[in-house]
Amino acid sequence: MGRTRVLIPTGALGVAYDRDALARGVAARPDVIAVDGGSTDSGPAYLGRGVSKYSRSTTKAEWRDLMLARDKAGVPLVIGTAGTCGTDATVDWLYEITCELAAELGQILTVTRVYSGQKPSDIAAALAAGGITALPAAPEVDVDLIQSCTNIVALAGAEQVAAALNTGADIVIAGRTTDTAIIAALPIQHGCHPGAAWHGAKIGECGALATTNPASGVIQIDFDAAGFTMEPLAPSARATPYTVSAHMLYENTDPFLLYEPGGILDVTGATYTALDDRRVRVEGSVWRPGPYTVKLEGARIAGYQTVSLTLLRDRHYVANARGWAGEVAAKARSDVSARMDLSDGQFDIELRLIGVDATLGPLEKGAPPPAEVGVLAIATAPTEAQAAEIGKILNPYLLHHALTEDEPMPTFAFPFSPAEMPRGALYEFCLHHVLSLDDPMSAFRLVTNEVGHG
Amino acid sequence: MAELGQIAQKVRSKNAGPFWLTIDVFCRNRADFQRIASGVDTDRVAALFRTDPDQIKRFDIADLNVVKFSLPRPAIQGTRADRDMHGAAWAVLLEEMEIA
Repeated sequence: MGRTRVLIPTGALGVAYDRDALARGVAARPDVIAVDGGSTDSGPAYLGRGVSKYSRSTTKAEWRDLMLARDKAGVPLVIGTAGTCGTDATVDWLYEITCELAAELGQILTVTRVYSGQKPSDIAAALAAGGITALPAAPEVDVDLIQSCTNIVALAGAEQVAAALNTGADIVIAGRTTDTAIIAALPIQHGCHPGAAWHGAKIGECGALATTNPASGVIQIDFDAAGFTMEPLAPSARATPYTVSAHMLYENTDPFLLYEPGGILDVTGATYTALDDRRVRVEGSVWRPGPYTVKLEGARIAGYQTVSLTLLRDRHYVANARGWAGEVAAKARSDVSARMDLSDGQFDIELRLIGVDATLGPLEKGAPPPAEVGVLAIATAPTEAQAAEIGKILNPYLLHHALTEDEPMPTFAFPFSPAEMPRGALYEFCLHHVLSLDDPMSAFRLVTNEVGHG
Repeated sequence: MAELGQIAQKVRSKNAGPFWLTIDVFCRNRADFQRIASGVDTDRVAALFRTDPDQIKRFDIADLNVVKFSLPRPAIQGTRADRDMHGAAWAVLLEEMEIA
């Protein structure tokens, strides 16, 4: 064993990539095809609900092409963090798509699912037993908060992905994993240099992002006993020592360290060498083994929201938008307190001024006066019905509130009818912690099935 | 004096998970890197984000001509107070910072 070639089609299933480059990658005889299926980057609602961000039709079309590539290459296809959030529900969602495609394509396959979902009661028990540690900037947690999570997942590492590959799977559909684990698992199992395995996996986890042409998607990484070699497969894309080394900055608080289940990658001493004008060789990264911990992610409902949008175009109102919005919010708050069974701390009304400071809020440093102002009204309450009710209480003020008593009643622009839009539940991430495990598999479950038999 | 964004090649801010923000200032050459590295005081960055300087991790990476700042997110991603789900817009606070 030793050299291992990993083909990475794209940074995430659902994001386009170069089909010709994928065909070149298949022809280059990879040992495994690995693709990421998710991230927390789009926010807590996907984890909270247990749903994918990408459309089912797009996911099916992209997954179909990867299943065809896998069939041609004759090697396993691994996806991590299936369905954006990697819950058990999204693993099953992609499994169902896989079964449909196997039947449509006439493929008979061994499919192994890795479940990363955690029972809130188990995590609460681990908290009570001292098995959970907060990471820097973690929110306070207690048993009640953990019990209120709609979904909790643990991020699997290389061990769980390797265990899934060892079932003889043609396809591994993994729930939440670290972005790197699906790439690092096979090289580590083959005895490649562990620092190189994790470092190469970090460089490859976003597909061709660490090249001169990120949109081309497809790369391959060759791992061996001393390091790794990164090669983009689209002719337009080049990897350079700069594009590769700079990728450790990406979405990482410390550009030299990466925390993974069972250890830390340290790239302080890594060397980056151009082999030619498109391939880069990396050596010198170090893997420091440590206690076996897995990161936890959890989401819970923090209320329900109704939003509306009002447009101010009258110059006088644009110039005085802040004061106007303050008066509207105050009147509506007073009505809510008087007419609904809600006390001050139980609901919130916020009017964000688009064109003034809606993006940065109190951190805004000032900008030229706009031609118009969008007033994004956000009502938050304990129930969906209460949020809708507050949205309706806001409505007449947003439509007609006058800055002075002695002017004709103004009317502002509403782009929609009904004016209010229910946003459903407001989810929030509430765990930034690690769970200690004596056995890496104890928090994960594998299920293997034969699919495609009519 | 000039705005940092006029000297740097690119300023990128991104989520580093739901609880942290990381901002990378990419410079075209060593001279620009040195001007920005010496011209940007961590206390001023903390003031822009209304946070404590102790909360900011700073990396001056000469090999890449990059100055990197990481800090707890101004609002945890996706909470009611959050305004920027992907954390990308906060880069403008550094871009618009005046430096010598």
